[in-house]
Amino acid sequence: MRMTCPLCGARDLREFTFRGAALARPEGDDWNEAWHDYVHLRDNPAGESREYWAHRAGCGAVLLVSRDTRTHEVFSVGLARGAGA
Amino acid sequence: MRLSKGGRIDRSRAVSFSFDGRVLSGHPGDTLASALLASGQKVVGRSFKYHRPRGVFSAGSEEPNALVTLGAGARAEPNVRATMQELFDGLEARSQNCWPSLDWDLLEVNDLFADFLGAGFYYKTFMWPRKAWEWLYEPVIRRAAGLGALSGQADPDPNEKAFAHCDLLVIGAGPAGLMAALQAGRAGADVILCDEDREPGGRLLSEVEEIAGAPAMDWVAATVAELTAMENVRIMTRTTVTGVYDHGTFGALERVGRHQRHRPGVLPVDCFWRIVAKASVLAAGAIERPVAFQDNDRPGVMMAGAMRSYLNRYAVAPGDAVTVFGNNDDAHRTARDLQAAGVHVTALVDARPGATCALDLPFHPGAVVSRVSGRMGLETVSLRTASGEVKLQSDALAVSGGWNPSLHLTCHLNGRPSWNDELAAFLPQPGAVPGMQVAGAAGGVFATDACLASGAEAAGCALAELGLTAPPLDLPQAEAQGYGIAELWAVPGRGRAWLDLANDVTVKDVRLAASENFRSVEHMKRYTTQGMAPDQGKTSNLGAMAVLADATGRDMAATGITTYRPPFVPLPIAALGAGGKGRGFAPERLTTSHAQSLAMSAPMIEAGLWYRPSYFPRPGEKVWRQSCDREVGHVRQAVGVADVSTLGKIDLQGADAGRFLDFVYANKFSTLAEGRVRYGLMLREDGHVMDDGTTARIGPEHYVMTTTTAAAGEVMGHLEFAAQVLRPDWDVRLISVTEQWAQFAVAGPQSRALLEELLGRDLSTAVLPFMGCMPVTVGGIEGRLFRISFSGELAYELAVPSRYGESLFATLVERAEARGGGAYGMEALNVLRIEKGLLTHAELHGRTTAYDLGLERMMSPSKSFIGKAAATRAGLVAEDRERLVGLRPLGASKMILPGAFLFEEAAEPVRVNAQGYVTSSCYSPTLGDTLALAFLKGGPERMGERLRVVDHLREAVTLCEVCEPCFLDPEGERTRG
Repeated sequence: MRMTCPLCGARDLREFTFRGAALARPEGDDWNEAWHDYVHLRDNPAGESREYWAHRAGCGAVLLVSRDTRTHEVFSVGLARGAGA
Repeated sequence: MRLSKGGRIDRSRAVSFSFDGRVLSGHPGDTLASALLASGQKVVGRSFKYHRPRGVFSAGSEEPNALVTLGAGARAEPNVRATMQELFDGLEARSQNCWPSLDWDLLEVNDLFADFLGAGFYYKTFMWPRKAWEWLYEPVIRRAAGLGALSGQADPDPNEKAFAHCDLLVIGAGPAGLMAALQAGRAGADVILCDEDREPGGRLLSEVEEIAGAPAMDWVAATVAELTAMENVRIMTRTTVTGVYDHGTFGALERVGRHQRHRPGVLPVDCFWRIVAKASVLAAGAIERPVAFQDNDRPGVMMAGAMRSYLNRYAVAPGDAVTVFGNNDDAHRTARDLQAAGVHVTALVDARPGATCALDLPFHPGAVVSRVSGRMGLETVSLRTASGEVKLQSDALAVSGGWNPSLHLTCHLNGRPSWNDELAAFLPQPGAVPGMQVAGAAGGVFATDACLASGAEAAGCALAELGLTAPPLDLPQAEAQGYGIAELWAVPGRGRAWLDLANDVTVKDVRLAASENFRSVEHMKRYTTQGMAPDQGKTSNLGAMAVLADATGRDMAATGITTYRPPFVPLPIAALGAGGKGRGFAPERLTTSHAQSLAMSAPMIEAGLWYRPSYFPRPGEKVWRQSCDREVGHVRQAVGVADVSTLGKIDLQGADAGRFLDFVYANKFSTLAEGRVRYGLMLREDGHVMDDGTTARIGPEHYVMTTTTAAAGEVMGHLEFAAQVLRPDWDVRLISVTEQWAQFAVAGPQSRALLEELLGRDLSTAVLPFMGCMPVTVGGIEGRLFRISFSGELAYELAVPSRYGESLFATLVERAEARGGGAYGMEALNVLRIEKGLLTHAELHGRTTAYDLGLERMMSPSKSFIGKAAATRAGLVAEDRERLVGLRPLGASKMILPGAFLFEEAAEPVRVNAQGYVTSSCYSPTLGDTLALAFLKGGPERMGERLRVVDHLREAVTLCEVCEPCFLDPEGERTRG
């Protein structure tokens, strides 16, 4: 598998580290359903999945990746900074 | 035997080799199989299950029979396909799966019991008694059935792995592949052309035909010459593309040194390639399939196309009197070439009733071969013709049931081939692999002229995708052979007819599977083991599917085929793991003091990828504890020096750096003054402790964080995520500087005096208080001094740029020794921290909370931080959680080991009664006692309670008293002194 880092170009999967589903982090210090969702609950989509990947063996950028879990097709890779969830 | 002329062999030189100890001779250009056939060796192995004598069946990587063991001793390599092994001088080959010898194999008795040994026999028979399976049945069955054996010794030969990138990968260098590579090369694309043979040409190497009015191999030679001259084209022979992976990644096995006896220098055996290609052309050709009939596994029965290879390429006649049997036009070529080579053709048998033949030989249209005889070599061939049975005296039989396109690679990404009635074959699903074009026989295009056109067209499509322009086409003239075929898979009749020669699967086995309702191809495969041998059923799978289709009343399209998965050919694990043996298993991270530590005879222990000194033995010290106790004493009484560079160091800068630290640490950092250091506790978002460490503020917007050695990478990733994703608008930047700074702990009552002398300045508490930091100059080098302690003593850590680490360590150790101290290692460091109840990842193991560690007050109520919401959940702050305590032994036994469980004194020591567990323990020379840290249910409320510590694994039971986790100087007077 290969992904195209917006800063470094196309690189092998082994340079990247999976950092989980791209979810919006709740604010607030009190535990509630939103926090429970964020920490514990995950969808298991057959199809498009939006994920964070870190280019740890490259530039260090955290990337927002959209890909297909069935075909492994990568739809888009962008910098996570400022992209929202 | 060898023909008097022809072939691509060098007759001017003889190559000597041995088979089962018999010395034989061949020529350069031979494979082991062709040389064995030329030497008249008909039987080359014994079959897997019935131990039937078997001969060479094919001429390529699909070979099911001719598996031999090459070499001896540690270099012995089992299951080498004789059809792929190039002959070299001194080659030693041995037959497999026979005892005492190939000609006289005792286990051939299995063949007599064949009626009882059908599919599923083992499953049905060896059910009872169940326990006997492990110690009786399985070992006996494994000994009886099998392939070659491993030597059991470490492989002494080197292997390699390599990486390549290209615009276009062309797989297969037959007419289609060569044409594709030529077009792409001329268009300026970066091309890699792989072929598993030792030279390009594909089928043309084995056929007698013309291209552009000259022998086809002349065109091949000219094309290869033109490709070789192109800088943008790389031809890789002896290289099998084994797998297709996502996004244009391919695996390929290059047999680098297997064709030579002596591998000069470090020439590896194999090289495993990862090739990344923007586009690819699959021109892997096709594999011929047999027809099943009674005893069709006898030595001398061979694929018709393979027979042409032996005739035309290796100048070997497989017999004196040969019968040819087929269901298609291609088989006629074998008869033609046999005649041309002067071999007597006893008959050409074509199963198609309406077939015609232009050759002058006995021709039997509408007939089939019903059985053959000859245990150690073919003797007779029986035909079933319209006019009755005919028995021929033949010592070889060429069989062709048609050709299967080599579409395996198109299935590696889930492509599903589709059945084509006209070709009686499965064809690849178009677009099954993104960017891959299929050309030539792999796509069902069999005539040479069409293959050339198809290769050029595939290259044109690939070039268009690459944005390159294909040059004007000049296709050479070539033959346009027809390929008429009528399906024929198995000739009905009595007796056993073989499908999978490698795993001894017969037509009867497949019918039995169907009758027992294993009707899906995947179920039939697993029940009969069809296609599960090293050859993966390359010649036999389709025949088995056809028999299954017939038995279940379905057509081929509805029956389907099993899933082709990588690798296409067997891959040596040694090639996949090249470079990963011994020290190559993981990178080694070495501190700047490494060489000196070794010079001081320090044994090294691994901490993650780092190597750290365990202790520094001195003359007279016989066991590690003596050294460790002495080193603890250095720190407690004089001064010790330890390399702590392995701790993660992260440099944080920016206007929001303080705010950011507030966010990632549970406790507050924005209030930290410049020149001060604070201990920080980092939580995961789920409220559990992730890591701890100190962070120093060394400038208005500049901080340096330390992490534990083990979690450095994890923390760095966590901080990057927090900065880029969770707080993208804050002005903070971070970088790991672990490698850039060498850092040494200088600890003990004399540490201040040592450093004052070294640095030539006052370091009193007024200048540098506990938890303070300052820039210093060490021998003209700018460094950083932190007054922090992981030992509970007056202690400092001195950091300098890494290139000065080695000399600073030497200076510090020398000065410490002059003061009655010295270097200390990880063992002493661990004792010192346990005496003080300080934490490592034995305690921060991922399931503990700040509350469990007694650090709940560090969670700041006045700010938000990662993990705060989760950490306040009732279950994470419940009093009966397992919480940190200290333990000291009470009775005669002092043994407390990490991993041991805690029980109330009177309770039975079983799991349900466990009250907690030990995480760390040591002997404290300072206190003269064993100390341990443990997690105990409701621990802080149980001070003074007596517990039994039970280690079931090492059978140790120790009576202990619960105490505070800090055993020494709880007020911290030494540290602050």
